[in-house]
Amino acid sequence: MSYTGRFRVWRGDTDGGALQDFEVEVNEGEVVLDVLHRLQATQTPDLAVRWNCKAGKCGSCSAEIDGRPRLLCMTRMSVFGTDDVVTVTPMRTFPVIRDLVTDVSYNYAKAREVPSFTPPADLAPGEYRMQQIDVERSQEFRKCIECFLCQDTCHVVRDHEENKEAFAGPRFLMRVAELEMHPLDVADRVPAAQEEHGLGRCNITKCCTEVCPEGIKITDNALIPMKERVADRKYDPLVWLGRTISRRR
Amino acid sequence: MTETERHDYDVLVIGAGGAGLRAAIEARERGLRTAIVCKSLFGKAHTVMAEGGCAAAMGNVNSNDSWQVHFRDTMRGGKFLNSWRMAELHAKEAPDRVWELETYGALFDRTDDGRIHQRNFGGHTYPRLAHVGDRTGLELIRSLQQRIVALQQEDHAAGGDYEARLRVFAECTVTEILKDDDGAIAGAFGYWRESGRFVVFSAPAVILATGGIGKSFQVTSNSWEYTGDGHALALRAGANLVDMEFVQFHPTGMVWPPSVKGILVTEGVRGDGGVLKNSNGDRFMFGYVPDVFKGQYAQSEDEADRWYDDQENNRRTPDLLPRDEVARAINTEVKEGRGSPHGGVYLDIASRMPSEEIQRRLPSMYHQFKELADVDITAEPMEVGPTCHYVMGGIEVDPDSGRSSVPGLYAAGECASGMHGSNRLGGNSLSDLLVFGRRAGLGAAGHVESLERRPAVRDRDIAAAAATALAPFDTPSDPADAENPYTLHSELQKAMNDLVGIIRTEAEMSEALDRLGKLRERLRDVVVEGHRQYNPGWHLALDLRNMLMVGEAVATSALLRTESRGGHTRDDYPTLDPAWRRRVLVTHVTEDTDSPADDTVAPRVDVEPAERTPMREDLLALFDLEELEKYYTGGELAAHPQGGRSAP
Ligand SMILES: Cc1cc2nc3c(=O)[nH]c(=O)nc-3n(C[C@H](O)[C@H](O)[C@H](O)COP(=O)(O)OP(=O)(O)OC[C@H]3O[C@@H](n4cnc5c(N)ncnc54)[C@H](O)[C@@H]3O)c2cc1C
Ligand code: SF4
Ligand code: SF4
Ligand code: FES
Repeated sequence: MSYTGRFRVWRGDTDGGALQDFEVEVNEGEVVLDVLHRLQATQTPDLAVRWNCKAGKCGSCSAEIDGRPRLLCMTRMSVFGTDDVVTVTPMRTFPVIRDLVTDVSYNYAKAREVPSFTPPADLAPGEYRMQQIDVERSQEFRKCIECFLCQDTCHVVRDHEENKEAFAGPRFLMRVAELEMHPLDVADRVPAAQEEHGLGRCNITKCCTEVCPEGIKITDNALIPMKERVADRKYDPLVWLGRTISRRR
Repeated sequence: MTETERHDYDVLVIGAGGAGLRAAIEARERGLRTAIVCKSLFGKAHTVMAEGGCAAAMGNVNSNDSWQVHFRDTMRGGKFLNSWRMAELHAKEAPDRVWELETYGALFDRTDDGRIHQRNFGGHTYPRLAHVGDRTGLELIRSLQQRIVALQQEDHAAGGDYEARLRVFAECTVTEILKDDDGAIAGAFGYWRESGRFVVFSAPAVILATGGIGKSFQVTSNSWEYTGDGHALALRAGANLVDMEFVQFHPTGMVWPPSVKGILVTEGVRGDGGVLKNSNGDRFMFGYVPDVFKGQYAQSEDEADRWYDDQENNRRTPDLLPRDEVARAINTEVKEGRGSPHGGVYLDIASRMPSEEIQRRLPSMYHQFKELADVDITAEPMEVGPTCHYVMGGIEVDPDSGRSSVPGLYAAGECASGMHGSNRLGGNSLSDLLVFGRRAGLGAAGHVESLERRPAVRDRDIAAAAATALAPFDTPSDPADAENPYTLHSELQKAMNDLVGIIRTEAEMSEALDRLGKLRERLRDVVVEGHRQYNPGWHLALDLRNMLMVGEAVATSALLRTESRGGHTRDDYPTLDPAWRRRVLVTHVTEDTDSPADDTVAPRVDVEPAERTPMREDLLALFDLEELEKYYTGGELAAHPQGGRSAP
């Protein structure tokens, strides 16, 4: 049940590169990452690709397959025909380091710009009480494996390098929402979402949601509710004031 | 030679998993300038893959739980070989460490009264594992990562520099520990994976938190990172390893399709109600309760099923025996012809609860089987079999401080040893990382504060480390001898898997050592193509020497231990031998000065027995004499308050 698969893999570095064609054995049940590993072991020992868990848990192996942002370890070969040419390229939004490996430091920089969890000052460790139903929304966002595929996809940065400065991207706007919806977080995060993290630039196309391998409803559950909170504040300063006071207890 | 980058820190933490991050947080909170180095991106360390949960006797679900019960379970799981002091500290401190994660922002699943929910797991008397569905490791590592970011934000607010006192060097591999003329730790040498450029860290304290060794085995739940680097770095720096014969084979790895063979199926499946069955549909675990656990497990399916709801009046299902027992049982079922089509057994949760419930409790297992094996676990059973999962053996450390025998060298997490004895209970690793990560951070900080002068790295050590790292780019004198690192790796994995695996014999282990010896010679001729930029072939070539040293440590130790205990099962010595209980096997580098020069690449190792210190009396008294008599020789029990009948 094995066959010779046809692959086209981008190879190169900061100075440029090109797609290269390969013919390589493919076996039943394999994923694209298995085939790339076989290429390393038999034809291109220095082919650069990131991976760790091989089970969709660590978010290391992000790349684009036939132009679509995907995890290499969760893309099964059975979704392609045996005659298809499978094209594998690095994530387009981030600078290439080598072959399929890109420089994702933008994401780590953005992570630092989101103020951390802020619990009530007088709440001792061990005294945290939260209902399951109240933690579920933030838990959904905490499923994020930081594959950065949503960041890769979002046209706000994909097509406009210059927006990177002012736009945190779906992953980190969702982080703001996660903290905003954390039952015990006392910081006010709504104005910064709009003014510092660039929520206003998102025009809810949902492309990020479509590529998320964790199936997180980034747009519907994080971005739109945050936009609503921003809008509420704008039109009703009293609501804003009242909310701030009640949140601070 | 290209110019080498240099950095100066107070504490250098090697590893960014749970243990390394917790250690770094502690060192930084003590005001020390701290660096974290890791092979992968920040947040991708192995800890991210942990599924089931983190064990801590908080007593949120069953208030009978206490540190004493947790301590007893841990010692039983490890068949009483554990460092009892580590087991004690762990049981006492784990709850505080879990609660602390909530202050970093962790969101565990909740009980009805709003506390952290706890689930059942193998070997734990009460529901004890704090968890988030089946992605607990992700929650743990992300919370620690976010705490690191919070500390960096503090520094940024104070002085405008995020990295003033805490910096992560991601995708940077350490290949050697550096010492000064007096043998004290002075720093470490490594390379950036991205550029291949060398880096020298000067630091008077180094904490190893590099995780495990599973990539030396063919069927494993572990990733490429698990090449035993910390184990080998410690050996080459002059520290000892102990308990290297104890390797945990997790009973439930995926077995089909071949490309996912070994990937973990969390024990949470059984903790939440899933049961093991053979091809006849029998729940075979009832036939495998060993003598030492007789009376502690249910004897009928009815009792086992009632236990999930009423733990006061029923005993737990033998599906939740410690991992070594379950793995051996599966091995036997398959060998005797009652296995599943692809050489495993069945793990059935589909017939045990409604589909929505399975998807809610075990979302990532549902996803994993659906995506990778086309199996819907809510409708059909999974096929599972043993997979190499965890190493109990590791760097010998002082229980309280994580200090090794080399001044300035500390270790914590999976690469350290002692806590788990001969077999680790599920969930005890994540808590181990937090408890002993913190303690190693404290220990290293105390060491740095007490120093009068800082040890200096030696240029000749740096030059030697650079030469070793570059050697794979040289063609051997006869190009026909050139060896491919991928081929050597797969031969090494096969030797360890087939000959030093779950069931061992003298003949096979001797054969394994033979093969490792030949691989050691071929390693000299390993050659890699391409250049130094992000070159996985080169990285593997350098990891191989670590895997080789670790493989020899495992096989040599296993050959010497002529009994079966926990993660070490000998076909030729099938029973537990009380005389071996207090004896541990210590691995160190051979001090043979006239060994061939090539052995600086992967120095040879020796293994020698040593004694574990006897358990403190108040801890011994936590067990019934009757139970201890199954493990101890008579004379050792004189100190027990129940009279400790003296030796016959
Ligand atoms: C699939 C799976 C599921 C598991 N589930 C559970 C569970 O439910 N509960 C539980 O308690 N345990 C579980 N475990 C075990 C547990 O996850 C690990 O034992 C634990 O995470 C190890 O943590 P650590 O901090 O010691 O190392 P790791 O998290 O493995 O981190 C090691 C770090 O060291 C770095 N490193 C290694 N070598 C070098 C080098 N040469 N130079 C620089 N950096 C280096 C790596 O890059 C990495 O950052 C599971 C394990 C697996 C594989
Ligand atoms: S929904 Fe918003 S964040 Fe997501 S891809 Fe569209 S614009 Fe980007
Ligand atoms: S939100 Fe989804 S797509 Fe975006 S980084 Fe997280 S897991 Fe990846
Ligand atoms: S390797 Fe971890 S997500 Fe693909």
